[in-house]
Amino acid sequence: MATVEIERIAGEDDSGLILNMGPQHPSTHGVLRVVLKMDGEYIEEAVPIIGYLHRGTEKIAESETYTQILGYTDRMDYTAAASSNLGWLVAVETLAGIEVPERAQWLRCIVGELGRLAGHLVWIGTHALDIGAMSVFLYAFRARERVLELFEELCGARMTHSVMRPGGFLEEPREPFYEKLESSLDYFIKEINQFDKLLSKNDLWLGRTVDVGVISGDDAIAMGLSGACLRGSGVEWDIRKAEPYAAYDKVEFDIPTGTGKGDVYSRYLLRLEEMRQSVRIMRQVIEHLPPGPVMTDDARVARPDTPRLYTDMEAMINHFWMYIHGFPVPRGETYVAIEAPKGELGFYVVSDGSGKPYRMHVRSPSFVNLQSLPYLVKGRLLADVVSVIGSIDIVLGEIDR
Amino acid sequence: MTELVIAVIFKSIIAFAVPLLVVPPLIWGERRLLGRIQSRLGPNRVGPFGAFQTLADAVKLLGKEDMIPAGADRALFILAPFLLLVPSFMAWSVVPVGTELHIFGRVIGLYATDLNVGVLYIVALTSVAVYGIVMAGWASNSKYALLGSLRSSAQMISYEIMLGIALVGVVVLAGSLSLPEIVRQQQVPFAIPLIIGAFVFVCAALAETNRAPFDLPEAETELVSGYHVEYSGWRFSFFFLSEYANMLLASFLVSAVFLGGGWPAQFLEPYIGHLFTTLLAVGIMMSKVFLFLFIYFWIRATLPRFRYDQMMNFCWKVLLPLGLLNLAVATVLKLTIYA
Repeated sequence: MATVEIERIAGEDDSGLILNMGPQHPSTHGVLRVVLKMDGEYIEEAVPIIGYLHRGTEKIAESETYTQILGYTDRMDYTAAASSNLGWLVAVETLAGIEVPERAQWLRCIVGELGRLAGHLVWIGTHALDIGAMSVFLYAFRARERVLELFEELCGARMTHSVMRPGGFLEEPREPFYEKLESSLDYFIKEINQFDKLLSKNDLWLGRTVDVGVISGDDAIAMGLSGACLRGSGVEWDIRKAEPYAAYDKVEFDIPTGTGKGDVYSRYLLRLEEMRQSVRIMRQVIEHLPPGPVMTDDARVARPDTPRLYTDMEAMINHFWMYIHGFPVPRGETYVAIEAPKGELGFYVVSDGSGKPYRMHVRSPSFVNLQSLPYLVKGRLLADVVSVIGSIDIVLGEIDR
Repeated sequence: MTELVIAVIFKSIIAFAVPLLVVPPLIWGERRLLGRIQSRLGPNRVGPFGAFQTLADAVKLLGKEDMIPAGADRALFILAPFLLLVPSFMAWSVVPVGTELHIFGRVIGLYATDLNVGVLYIVALTSVAVYGIVMAGWASNSKYALLGSLRSSAQMISYEIMLGIALVGVVVLAGSLSLPEIVRQQQVPFAIPLIIGAFVFVCAALAETNRAPFDLPEAETELVSGYHVEYSGWRFSFFFLSEYANMLLASFLVSAVFLGGGWPAQFLEPYIGHLFTTLLAVGIMMSKVFLFLFIYFWIRATLPRFRYDQMMNFCWKVLLPLGLLNLAVATVLKLTIYA
C-alpha cells in the first residue's frame, strides 16, 4: 500500500524531490513516516505511512478478559493513559449493564481530566519544540511531572496506571491524594498562563501558526475529525456535553473553539483553554464529591471481600472464576465514545456472552485526525508540516494500536 | 626589527588562540545558562560545575570513526569543513580587543593587524563560509543536507548584504574602514546615533551565524540538523567550532563597532594613567562581548524559529529599508554633527 502511494506521487517522469520524513525524524512524534513530494521548500503532496508501532492490540483483546484488556488500553494513548482506560471501561459497563456508584463517577472526572492535562502538556511541549521554542518543552514537562506525581499518589503508577476497574475503582484513593490535588490546581493555572505569556502574542509564534493548516468546519466534519481539530474550526462538539459519561453532566465547563478559523493557532488557543477548563472541572469535583463506595456491589464484577474469600465457598469460586475466565458479559454489541484529549475515542465491542470479547475495535482519534494531514499541508512549506503534525496532536501508540 | 617580528608572531598566536580557547568554555556556558533558563541542571559532572564537559565532548568527537557516506563527493566532503573553519579564524586577525598600549617606550596595538580595509576584509571572509556550507550540503548526498544548505546559502547571502549595509553607516560616520580607527572615533558609541543600524546589525549577525531564531539551516525539528547531518567525529566538530567562533566574532564586532570598544574608559586616562586605562578598556570590551553572547543564548532559549519565507521577508522587507534608513541617518549626521 505504502509503496503504491509513493510510486504514485513520484510519478512516471520522476520529477520533483521525494523527501522521506521519518519514522526516525525527531518531530513526527514517534514513528510516523511521511513521504513528501517537494518543489523546493513547498509540499506538493504528502503521504503519511503508519504501522511502525503496530502491536495487534485489537486481536490480543479477543483472548483476554475484559479487565485484562484495560492494561492494553494504557499503551494506546500513552501520554494520557487515563482517558483510554476510561473509554474502555465506559464501553464495557454499557455493554454489561453495570451501574457505577456516584462517588466513582465523580472520581472518574478527576482521573479523566488529569489524563487530559497530561496529554495536553505533552502536546504543548512538543508542539512548541517543533516550532523552535525549546524552553516551553521543559516547562511543560515540569508541569506534567506534577500531574504524574498526582497519579503516583493515586495508584503508584505514573504513566500506565489502570487505576479504574469495571464497576468503579479498585479502592478509595488515600487522603493525601485529595490534598495534593487541591494544592496543585493553582499551580497548573500558573503554568498554563506562563505558556500563554510566552507564546500567544509572540510575533514569531503567530507567524508560524496563524493561517497555517486551515480546515473549514464542514471539511473537518466530512473528514471525521474530532476533538480539538474539529473545535478549532468553530464546531462546538464535545462528547462530554453531547453524550455525557462519568459525572460530566453534573459539572459546568465551556467548550472552547479558539479563534474558530481552523488554523494551527486556533487549535493551539483552544487546547490551552481546555487545560484551564480541566482545572475548573476538577475544582468542582473536589467541592461536590459525594460520599459512598467507589466500587459497585454488583457481584458479577466486584471482587469479594478478602475475609469472605477464606470463609465462604461461593465467594472463593466467584473470585476464581472472575480472575480466570473473566466476568461474563451478555451477548450483544455496542459502540461507546468518550472525549479523549485527542478527540473522539470510541470502543466497539462485540460480546458472545463469555468473559472475553468476541471482537474489539478502537476508533482512535489520532488515526482519523491524521488523515487530514495531506490536505492541511498541501502547497505549504516544509516547516509547516511539523507545525501541522504538532497541532493535530497525534500519538502513534493510538494510531497503530 | 627582531622585536617587531616577535610581536607580530606573538599577536598572531593570540589571535588564533582566542577563538580556540574561548569557544569551549563558551559552549559550556551556553549549556549551563540554557539549563538555568529551562529549570534544569545543564552539564555538571565533568570537572568543577561541569566545566570540562566540552573538553570531554571534543575528545569523544576526535575518537570517533571518520565516516564518509557512500555516494558522497569525497573531495568536496573533506574540503567543506575547512572552508568553513579557516575563514572564521582568519577574520580574527583584524579584530581589536582594545586600541593601543604604550609600554616600554613602544606602541603595541591590541590587535593582530590594523588592516586599512578591516571591515571589508571581515565581510569578504564571512561570504567565503557560504561556499563551505553549500559544499557540505551538496557533497553529503543527502536530501536533508541539500535542503539545509540551500536554505543556508540563501540566508547567508541575503543577510550578508544587511550586515554590510549596517556597517556602511558606521564607516560613513567614522570615515575609515579600519576597525581600531572606528573604535578610536567613537566619542559616543555609534549605537546611540545609529540605533537602527545596530538593530539591523544584530539581526543580521544572528542570521549570519545561523543562530536562533534564524537557525533554519540546521532546524533540528525540520531538517534534523541541516547541512552537516552527514558529518560526524572531528569533521562535525569543525562545523561546531566555526559556528561558535563566528558567534564570538560577531560579538566582538558589535562591541567594537557599535558599542565603542572600551568606551568610556578613555575618559579616565588623565586620572588613572595609561596602563590602567588600557586594561580597563579591555575589561569593558570583554564585558560587552559577554553581554552580547548572553543575549545570543537568551534569544535561543526564548524565541520560536522563523519559517523560510518569513525569514526572507524579514530580510528584504524589514531589514533592508531599515538599513537604508540608517545609511541616510548616518549621512545626515556626517554632514551636520560629525562634520
